[in-house]
Amino acid sequence: MSIRVEQPGMLTTVQDLGRHGLQAQGVPVGGAMDTVAHRIANVLIGNDEAAATLEITLLGPSLTFASDVVIALGGADLGARAGSVELSPWRPAYVPAGTRLGFTGSRAGCRAYLAIAGGIDVPAVLGSRSTFLRGSFGGFRGRALERGDELPVGEPSALARRIGERLRGHSASVAVAHWSASPLIRPSCSSRAVVHLLSDAHTSHLTEAAREHLFGSEYRIASASDRMGFRLDGPPLELVAPVDLLSEGVAFGTVQLPPGGVPIVLMADRQTTGGYPRIGCVATVDLPLVAQLRPGDRLRFRPISLHEAQAMYLDRERDLAQARIGVALAHP
Amino acid sequence: MHIAPLGDAAVVITVGAEVNEHTHRLVGAIHERLERAPVAGQIECVPAFASVVVHYDPARVARTHPRGLPSDIVTAAIERMIADIRERPVRARRTVEIPVCYGGQFGPDLDEVARAHDLAPAQVVEEHASGEYIVYMIGFLPGFPYLGGLSPRLATPRRDTPRAIVPAGSVGIGGSQTGVYPLDSPGGWHIIGRTPLALFSPHRQPPALLQADDAVRFRPISVEELERLRADAE
Repeated sequence: MSIRVEQPGMLTTVQDLGRHGLQAQGVPVGGAMDTVAHRIANVLIGNDEAAATLEITLLGPSLTFASDVVIALGGADLGARAGSVELSPWRPAYVPAGTRLGFTGSRAGCRAYLAIAGGIDVPAVLGSRSTFLRGSFGGFRGRALERGDELPVGEPSALARRIGERLRGHSASVAVAHWSASPLIRPSCSSRAVVHLLSDAHTSHLTEAAREHLFGSEYRIASASDRMGFRLDGPPLELVAPVDLLSEGVAFGTVQLPPGGVPIVLMADRQTTGGYPRIGCVATVDLPLVAQLRPGDRLRFRPISLHEAQAMYLDRERDLAQARIGVALAHP
Repeated sequence: MHIAPLGDAAVVITVGAEVNEHTHRLVGAIHERLERAPVAGQIECVPAFASVVVHYDPARVARTHPRGLPSDIVTAAIERMIADIRERPVRARRTVEIPVCYGGQFGPDLDEVARAHDLAPAQVVEEHASGEYIVYMIGFLPGFPYLGGLSPRLATPRRDTPRAIVPAGSVGIGGSQTGVYPLDSPGGWHIIGRTPLALFSPHRQPPALLQADDAVRFRPISVEELERLRADAE
């Protein structure tokens, strides 16, 4: 079973949950920018959460399926249509062979995840199917999809097959489930996000005015933002005194302050180490919110304690585990 | 030594404030111990000049320790694990020789570096190639070595205008550092030569040619030898 790329869209790449255990070799973790949307899309169709999906950015591709498939979209609503049937995110669908899947444009959010029963079956490189664009490896030939590409798809799980059978029923056309992922677990897509920020090593080194700006201003996502990091346009920030730092490990969501005063939020393809001051770190639960911001969208920071941030993280993991169980129970 | 949270899914163990042999061996000892005996929930360790970052999954920590803040649990576990840590004993380093074709089309900035230091290009090559370098850490790019040991006589501030693409294998000087670009990459270093060796290959085990604590020597080679070594590798 394969998927044919008729049009590649703006930036469509194969991603999974990234490469872990190789940062000491300088290999970035990478993987889906919105890990929760990726995971839920997989859960909805009985895939392993780490199965490879297509990460679709803003302007989606045009794809045809060689056989009948069960798919689900998570994340941004990019105006998906299977044939003439609208497909909203968070709802699995049965799509017959030969149907063309297209996207009419973003209604909300930046990145959609297309999960296909069986997962995208490209070879794993260094333990992951994620595409590392900068290094030209992983995913589909180490690059974004191009017209004419044929993507292999893996064997659907038994659960995925049962979901597909139930959806298809006696239909020969596109069939959308009347159930969907609970709104409680779906991350939202907003063009004005309020994002929780943990303190970091140099938060206390910010000037009084800078601290007020950091938590009081609305930042705009600069156009020079990508999978490595988002530059934030807004009032430049200053430290009380310059600090000279040794390079050190960083995290997904680390907010760096380079000499120009323009904060950068490190994202999925961030380098493994960095030498700029760290003025905060986005709480893991809010990374999907950030990942859905388009250039020009707005962001505000709100402080959060480590205790609250980890409590929210644990709650979300419990909810996701329940969703997994729920899908399985509903398809005995 | 002190341990602090790095976001809500990592901690950073800070071992010192400067780059030196003692700190480097302490970092190495901590990294080795945590690799051998990971703490509950540990995903990976990222050693650097004077610190080790430990990435973990708070949900995995909570499964084995349902009460308490995951960050506190991980911090306490690491503290116990490294309470009696001492710097890694001095041991024979692996020496990796890196053949470099200096100057010409492969070293477009060699002349400029020479001029900046009032040296002849051949003297720059001699000085660079006779240095004894240590890999302090791998970071920034896959397989990219942060090398200690560049002669102060060759330290040259970064280019005003970085290049959009520096070819993989380029050997450069940036400030007081020297290194080799493992991938095509934008870069602001002065490029003085090229090695045919692949500093990073995703299909090799391990993928990075150099590891922390390796000793590195540069060996000048001719264009012909570079071409021959390249051909042999294919």
